[in-house]
Amino acid sequence: MSDATLPGEPRATAARPVPFRGGGFRPEAKRGVGLMVFVVLLLVIEWGTRAGWIGNLTLPRPSDVGATLWDLAASGRLWEHLGPSLSRLAVGSLLGVTTGIAVGVAIGLFSYARAGLVPLVAAIFPIPKIALLPLFVIWFGIDEPSKYALIALGTFTPTVTSTYGAVDNVDRTLIRMGQSFGLSWWSIVSKIVLPGALPGILSGLRVSLAIGIILLVAAEMLGAEYGIGAYVLQAGALYDLERLFAGVVILSVIGVLVSWLIGLAEKRLLRWRG
Amino acid sequence: MNLTLDQITHRYSGMPVLQEISLEIPAGEILCIVGPSGCGKSTLLRLIGGLEKPDEGQVLQLGTPPEGCLNPLTYVFQDFALLPWRTVGGNISLVLEDHGIKGRAADAIIDDVLARTKLSDFRKALPRQLSGGMKQRVAIARALAVNPAVMLLDEPLSALDAQTRELLMDDLLALWTRAPFTAVYVTHNLNEAVRLGHRIAVLSRRPGRVREVVEIDIPLAERHAGLARLDEVQAHLWGLMRDEAMAADQELLDV
Repeated sequence: MSDATLPGEPRATAARPVPFRGGGFRPEAKRGVGLMVFVVLLLVIEWGTRAGWIGNLTLPRPSDVGATLWDLAASGRLWEHLGPSLSRLAVGSLLGVTTGIAVGVAIGLFSYARAGLVPLVAAIFPIPKIALLPLFVIWFGIDEPSKYALIALGTFTPTVTSTYGAVDNVDRTLIRMGQSFGLSWWSIVSKIVLPGALPGILSGLRVSLAIGIILLVAAEMLGAEYGIGAYVLQAGALYDLERLFAGVVILSVIGVLVSWLIGLAEKRLLRWRG
Repeated sequence: MNLTLDQITHRYSGMPVLQEISLEIPAGEILCIVGPSGCGKSTLLRLIGGLEKPDEGQVLQLGTPPEGCLNPLTYVFQDFALLPWRTVGGNISLVLEDHGIKGRAADAIIDDVLARTKLSDFRKALPRQLSGGMKQRVAIARALAVNPAVMLLDEPLSALDAQTRELLMDDLLALWTRAPFTAVYVTHNLNEAVRLGHRIAVLSRRPGRVREVVEIDIPLAERHAGLARLDEVQAHLWGLMRDEAMAADQELLDV
């Protein structure tokens, strides 16, 4: 049998392995690569500024930015700026995120809330909150409340949108199951809808909190003496690039930390996803 | 507790899916409902359990559910419907918590139903760690935990492979033999129907009507694969369904 050949078909002489066509399309976690990219980028800039092919008005020297950061930390003025900023971010985004989740869940559950609030949220979302600064000063005064309100409003809309999307995506068969076992409305919401929506809510938080950090700088344009935003704006006004970049680095670090904290929360709360 | 379906007609956006269905579900018996795809079997089950309201006719409950029954009409779903964030034990305690059964009382019930479904070692496992067959056993354990008067099974074995299905069928038979329960068992698999059904109601294609109710007088415990009488009934059922199934298939293609 093995020798049989079909008429007209040349007898196969050499055996070749079947070419491999699978694999790929599955990014893996590579440790340290992210850090390497940062380091290489900084080294290139350092080299360019020292060699002169990057002008000192184009980019500050990374080592100078580092030195500025070090001075800031050593003199204790870092905390003078970081403390107020972090508390503004915390209070503002806490307000925005909690009301956002509450409204988002309401939109996900009640027809009237959905019909009434979705257009409103869609109308508020694209407004640049910075444009409303003067209004916030009139409503809440020049002090902290106006800064809280700005960050709260900025984090509120993306949280609402991601929350009601997450509630919509909760498996309806699980809800039918709850009803078929006669669970109370509150049990279905707290034991089925909310845990089911949690993954979507948490990934929405990443976006909301990043927007919160952006708005922090905007909020500190409102006559703040201390704060990272105020620090960056002052440096910008004076064209002090080292201090400007030192402030930007701090904002980036806050962003990375927030994202890391959410990742931690996901790992703990969503262990069931495996 | 007996259930009676009285002249049930149901429509989806004007199109009738079920027409004048009348059936008796006496206590302690398993009624299988078979029919071609799209004949409204699952809709009928949702109507029986009160998850949907029939447009005409009614589902009547005769007598009171037995003592200690927490949820008289209890479903087992095709896709298991387990909460992925709760362990096996947690999924069962979910349906007890609303009845104020917590702590030791809940533990006793959970231990009992897990033992009956041979899941005692998996109490702390999460659904994602279980195979399909195990997940459906958890769902059956959860249904048993509320001590139902009537179990409503919606294609409970259809998402499983043939071997697992065979094993779970034996498990269901063993459960019934040890403590007979009342059940309505919807399936499109005629083999399941002849193994588990005391009576088998054959529905026609849409709009679903009862074409025939076949009674099998062999006790459940004595039924096994390859029994000539069962094959006969199965062939008869297939004869009833064949043309309907073919027509239903064509119909779907036309839509």
